[in-house]
Formats: sequence, structure tokens, C-alpha cells
Amino acid sequence: MKVELILYGISRDIIGGSTYHVEIKEGSTVKDVMDFLVSKFPDFNQLKSLLIAVNDEYATNEQVIVVGDEVVLIPPVSGG
Amino acid sequence: MIEITDTMIATQRLIAEVSCPEAGAIDVFIGTTRNSTASKKVLQLEFESHESMAIKELQKIVDFAKANWVISKVAVSHRVGVVEIGEEAVVIAVSSPHRQAAFEACKYIIDTLKQTVPIWKKEIFEDGDVWVAAHP
Repeated sequence: MKVELILYGISRDIIGGSTYHVEIKEGSTVKDVMDFLVSKFPDFNQLKSLLIAVNDEYATNEQVIVVGDEVVLIPPVSGG
Repeated sequence: MIEITDTMIATQRLIAEVSCPEAGAIDVFIGTTRNSTASKKVLQLEFESHESMAIKELQKIVDFAKANWVISKVAVSHRVGVVEIGEEAVVIAVSSPHRQAAFEACKYIIDTLKQTVPIWKKEIFEDGDVWVAAHP
């Protein structure tokens, strides 16, 4: 299945666009997506942290991504 | 009141928002944009947020503050887009019957905002730009 990742901040610069589509197998987890991204875009290794939010909530590594989820990459936040 | 805004924040509006008869104190934190970082001149800052989640995370922070300190009202406003040097990037106002709770809750809110709310800040220099805190 196809998942659209929404990108902000430095993750947009690393990937080069405000969204990125990945093809994942049914049952893929947040960690699977993260591992794929880090291998494809090694610059993510340089970041202080990288999290994923699914449907506006921080997700755990084990969370399974399902069709229709809104998946957002969360590089280190720096508000305030 | 919690908002993400692309226009200048009127601090007085947040103070008015939290003013109430039972309050004996209003504590206000204003985060302003600084003209330098590590002695390098900053021209302007640019903020962006994942807005729907930012509002949700801010609401969690405010709910926690209300559950843990005796406070009356809270208002939080955070800028996105280009913020010029010296402008307010974030304003937090907390009212409470007694000042200690307002001070502590306000500090908790700004400290936690910086850790959990999906907002990103880019510093723009004469010779380039940097996403703040992205790298160790």
C-alpha cells in the first residue's frame, strides 16, 4: 500500500519536497518506515531525533500504519 | 485560548483573555526573536508547524498545567511564518488566585512547548539558514 509522508522543517530539506510517497507492505510499522527512510536518506542519521506522528499523535515504533493514516515526520522541534 | 497565528501577537489580548475576578496574579511569558546566535547575526526567523497536532499538543500541556496547579485561565499564542527580530514568537499568559502557581505553570508550559509541540524554527543568516536544534 502507498503511504504519503508529510514533511516539515529539516525533513523537507533532506528529502526535497513537502510530501514523499512510500510503498509499504500490509502490517508495516512506524519503525519499518523509519528504517526505510534512514537507509534511503542517510542524512536523517545526523539529526538529534526523528519521530513519526500518526493522525496528530506521536506514534510508537510498534504502531502499525493502516490505509488512510496521516503520517507526519517529526524532526527535532524548536518552537518558542 | 490556544492559537497558531501568522500575524503579530497582541500580548494585551492574551492578558485580557485570562483576566478574571478570581485572579490575584497574571504571569506572562513572551518569547521574542533574538538578533544573534553563537555570535552570528540573525536577520529573521521563520516558523512552521503541523498545526492541527500543535494545537492538540498545546491543549495537553494546558490541561496538565490546570490539573497540577491552581490556576484560573491560560492563553497561548504562537507565531508561524516570518518573524522579524524583536517580535513576539510566542506569548503565554496564566492567571491564578496566587502568583506562585501562575509563575510555575507558565514556566512548565513554555518548557514543555519547546520539547513536544511540532513547531520548527529556522534562523536566517546573511550567508544561509539553519533549522534550530536539528543536529546534536
